Amino acid sequence: MRREILFEMKSPYRDDFRIDGFWFGQGQPTMAIVGAMRGDEVQQQFICSQMVSQLRLFEQRGELASDLSVLVIPSCNPFSMNVSRRFWAMDGTDINRMFPGYERGETTQRIAAALFSQLQHFTYGVQMASFYMPGEFVPHIRMFHTGYEDVQVARLFGLPFVTLREPLPFDTALLNYNWQVWGTKAFSLYAGLTSRVDSTNSQMAIDSILRFLKRIGVIKRRVQNAGYDSVCFHEEELVSISAPRAGFYVLLIGAGAHVAPGDVLARILDPYDGSVLSEIVSPVRGTVFFAHSNPLVLQNTLIYRIQSFDD
Amino acid sequence: MIKTIVSTELPVGERLLVRKNVISGGTGGKRICIVSGTHGDELEGQMVCYELVKALKEHLEYLDGEVDVYPALNPLGIDTIQRGIPNFDLDMNRIFPGSPGGSMAEQVAYSVMEDLKGADVVIDVHSSNLYLRETPQVRINVLTEQQLVPLARYLHVPFIWVHDAATVLEATLAYSLNSTGTPCLVVEMGVGQRINDRMCTALVRGIFSLMRYLDMWLDGAESDLSDDPIVCKGDRVSFLNAETSGVFLTELKCGTVVRQGQRIGAIVDPLRGSVLSLVASPVDGFLFTIRAYPIVYEGSLMARIYNFENKEANASVANIKEEHI
Repeated sequence: MRREILFEMKSPYRDDFRIDGFWFGQGQPTMAIVGAMRGDEVQQQFICSQMVSQLRLFEQRGELASDLSVLVIPSCNPFSMNVSRRFWAMDGTDINRMFPGYERGETTQRIAAALFSQLQHFTYGVQMASFYMPGEFVPHIRMFHTGYEDVQVARLFGLPFVTLREPLPFDTALLNYNWQVWGTKAFSLYAGLTSRVDSTNSQMAIDSILRFLKRIGVIKRRVQNAGYDSVCFHEEELVSISAPRAGFYVLLIGAGAHVAPGDVLARILDPYDGSVLSEIVSPVRGTVFFAHSNPLVLQNTLIYRIQSFDD
Repeated sequence: MIKTIVSTELPVGERLLVRKNVISGGTGGKRICIVSGTHGDELEGQMVCYELVKALKEHLEYLDGEVDVYPALNPLGIDTIQRGIPNFDLDMNRIFPGSPGGSMAEQVAYSVMEDLKGADVVIDVHSSNLYLRETPQVRINVLTEQQLVPLARYLHVPFIWVHDAATVLEATLAYSLNSTGTPCLVVEMGVGQRINDRMCTALVRGIFSLMRYLDMWLDGAESDLSDDPIVCKGDRVSFLNAETSGVFLTELKCGTVVRQGQRIGAIVDPLRGSVLSLVASPVDGFLFTIRAYPIVYEGSLMARIYNFENKEANASVANIKEEHI
């Protein structure tokens, strides 16, 4: 393992800002694994730190291919995590909306440019991503439908689901969109939670990356834990449910559960007298793909996305 | 007449309300809309809306058509002194045209779009953010230059910036409206969290000038095109980004002419009492953006300068007035 400072910048009042990369193996840049881009992506960084730990062990045992290299970047943004801010603390900008970056531009554009110059030559890339709304997901691989996506390769992670999404204008500055357009087979891995570490989902994500590395020839040893035969679908197929009322939100059925039409998924309660304002009922048979999990909910908030069965 | 275009329940005994004031007069069918407060830290639009509505009410007899005034598209952002929508990651001006089935913010964006569609002109009033101070300007996507620059000339701003198209900007309110055939002008001025009353008053005068041109304000005066703004194309702008992190000190105001090599400011280290880097203008030009928030990191924008290449530009600068600085 070789630890390298990929980007360094002076701060007016803090220690130097640094992005550390961890290299394994030699030769063809094969797989890049990117962790926290935002300051609250704790689960994402935890998964990457565990990947460094695992790969270091495999390397010491001679269980990694000698002619392929892997780069792990557990954190692209330690400054924000250290002060509990999701975005760049000085100006509120999001590094993950600055790609491919601009080395002569604003601070976060420069960080994005430095990262992209390191990442763009890899054959495969996976980013530990988080969603812009609070809630829990079934762990899955997400890709943009750009014409460059490779669904069959995404299935090598062996996660339950692989989804495709049409890029919107504001998606065109994300790492994954640019990675894909520049020729890397790029994937976003959604590991359930963001600001907390949960062992079940993080282990599932770690296993899936190890499985992927085994299948592309980076890891030479047997990988434990069988994967899934991923279900692939377009996100437009998801059945969305919005909150008809606002108030206290009582989650009854979370991400990953199978539901049938009529099943009560959640209740919205009056914040003053506790009466039930609304019962959220599943309209379809399927798997809960996303579930809002905050104790409060605004009216019209997207609270469930269900992957309905083909019947 | 006050109308509510969005009313959504918040969790505890309150509603999110987006409201507009509809002011009508005469028999004309034209409609102009003034929108502001998309970013909660931009406040110039609040004074513009106040002055405009006050002036309209004082002389309703001159009005022939409808003026819709939307001071606060993001009322929770203004109330919490934050740029975005509380509890929502995305910039509100990056989610248009919105979606009736999307998140709460996307539904608000959709309702706003539907309400504005079909207007003869929409003016989207922005301030700068907390970090930069801007000369009053209209920003126009190069794709709509031909249609919008002639309208922008009526707004009494000294600077019109025709910028390049960028995919990410296709999700702005202005782009979304223009692409559906509703002309929308974006005004930027001042600095975040503050109000410059002279700039606001000048813009209100410009809005009335535009309304005269549209035959909506029949006060007998001629529509005023006496100011001759600089019309700047995107590739004529020099961006000055900080080469070092530190504290940026400057004595300059935006809205002034600078010469090549002229000192713009310095980045200093308060701990060591040293100058880290000097910032000089790379061109002869018009300084239309200057940093207002002094702390900088490498890359932070400190100034934007319109690069003079001909005498006409110099002549236009003669029209810069105290109210624009």
